[in-house]
Amino acid sequence: MAREAVIVGVGDVPLKDGKVVGGGSVLQVQARAAKAALDNAGIPMRDVDGLLVAGLWGVPGPGQLPSVTLGEYLGIFPRFADTTNIGGSAFEAHVAHAAMAIEKGYCDVALIVYGSTQKSERSRTLGGRPPVLTMQFENVWGIPQPVGGYAMAARRHMHEFGTTEEQLAEIAVATRKWASLNPDATMRDPISIDDVMASTRISDPLKLLDCCLVTDGAGAIVMTTAENAKAHGSRPIHIRGYGEAHTHWSIGAMPDLARLTAAEMASKRAFDMAGVSHDAIDLVECYDSFTITVLMTLEALGFCKPGEGGAFVSGQRTAPGGAFPLNTNGGGLSYCHPGMYGIFLLVEAVRQLRGEAGDRQVDNVQTALVHGTGGTLSSGATVILANN
Amino acid sequence: MSDTATYEKPQPVIDPGTKPFWDAARAHRLSMPKCRACGQHHFYPRELCPHCHSDDLEWTDVSGKGEVYSYTIARKPAGPVFAADVPYVIAMIALDEGPRMLTNIVTKDVEQVRIGDRVTVRFDDVTPELTLPKFTLDKD
Repeated sequence: MAREAVIVGVGDVPLKDGKVVGGGSVLQVQARAAKAALDNAGIPMRDVDGLLVAGLWGVPGPGQLPSVTLGEYLGIFPRFADTTNIGGSAFEAHVAHAAMAIEKGYCDVALIVYGSTQKSERSRTLGGRPPVLTMQFENVWGIPQPVGGYAMAARRHMHEFGTTEEQLAEIAVATRKWASLNPDATMRDPISIDDVMASTRISDPLKLLDCCLVTDGAGAIVMTTAENAKAHGSRPIHIRGYGEAHTHWSIGAMPDLARLTAAEMASKRAFDMAGVSHDAIDLVECYDSFTITVLMTLEALGFCKPGEGGAFVSGQRTAPGGAFPLNTNGGGLSYCHPGMYGIFLLVEAVRQLRGEAGDRQVDNVQTALVHGTGGTLSSGATVILANN
Repeated sequence: MSDTATYEKPQPVIDPGTKPFWDAARAHRLSMPKCRACGQHHFYPRELCPHCHSDDLEWTDVSGKGEVYSYTIARKPAGPVFAADVPYVIAMIALDEGPRMLTNIVTKDVEQVRIGDRVTVRFDDVTPELTLPKFTLDKD
């Protein structure tokens, strides 16, 4: 019988005010998240033979070998490693790569890990990267990174389709409502559209409450075969389809600032593989680095037509109780955003599919779509998950 | 103009693939590669044409005219070295020859910039070694 790869464990670390409870180095917080996910799966660390890592951390110096470093730290000898780093969407791509490796028999238990202590370290600035190679044509102009690129996409979307700042604010307000149901969320107090509109202007047309948080965080995913899941008594989440793509790195090279081409490409492949229609998706978890990211993603995924995202999110349709549950943990906008957020989309989707999401549990979730975005609208990776 | 040593903003780390662009800018010319195979310009400069992947490229001067494709007004600076400039405009210009480039629009009134505005290059000699091609609004 063919091997089927499934997700069997998810884990994260507790946060308070956006910082990891008890503190710790970037290696410590990843080890804690890995242990939590493996405990959740009922699989011991010694069984892990595939390690998938992407991050903003690393031992300084030429080249960075994050899986080699983390494998050593965890005390494992992986025979499959993947350090694909396409930005915050890397972890959705890791699920795809691990699924292929597991189904091919290249590894049996895959661990996907991410962690960041950027808030505790105060390491985040708007200054961006050094002006070398392609960046010499971006950073000399003083573009705030990464918000400036997203701001230009928002401006172009508004120009082409009439999207309004109030429509973007709908997303921030709805996401905050979900966060109010999540005890781990950093920002839980309700906000209004007026609050978003009146928040500090950062890079027009984006304001403070259009932007994701800057927090710490760590998360992990464990995958294995369906057969192994059964042997360990863990409840498998099935992977129905996946796809990935990237189109540019420099915002100046984005093919169309009003369309998220990478998400169109990635999700088309995932839907084709899954063989399901949009009607079959009960829940969407999509990367919300900025409100405009969500709006463009919903269009690119095909839940509405290009240009109709503003109307789609209006009237709090994505809030708790709304027609389209979205980013149910409170998202990067209000739950946490430790630099590369994509792993938390997967953690939340699995919890929802298992019925373990507490006060924010969505009724009757059988199929969930997870979509990560990385870079400056650069990369996209989609995973379609199901609990049956 | 500042001394190279006192200009604190990011300066491009010029490499052999990008030197012709920055050299041309110092001479107040806007220059970019044009593909002899497909006839299209591209920016930033690459070794292979990103449109047809030919390596048959030539550096050509372009008009320095185009229109605003999109823009943002930075209300928060990209680090402390830009703090004194706030608010300032970062724009993506669609050049008449086709390529888009990121740049600044220099204007007394940042609020008046709109997508579609016609713009013209102007060269800002920020140090004796570095000239940044920026743009002005034709309506200014």
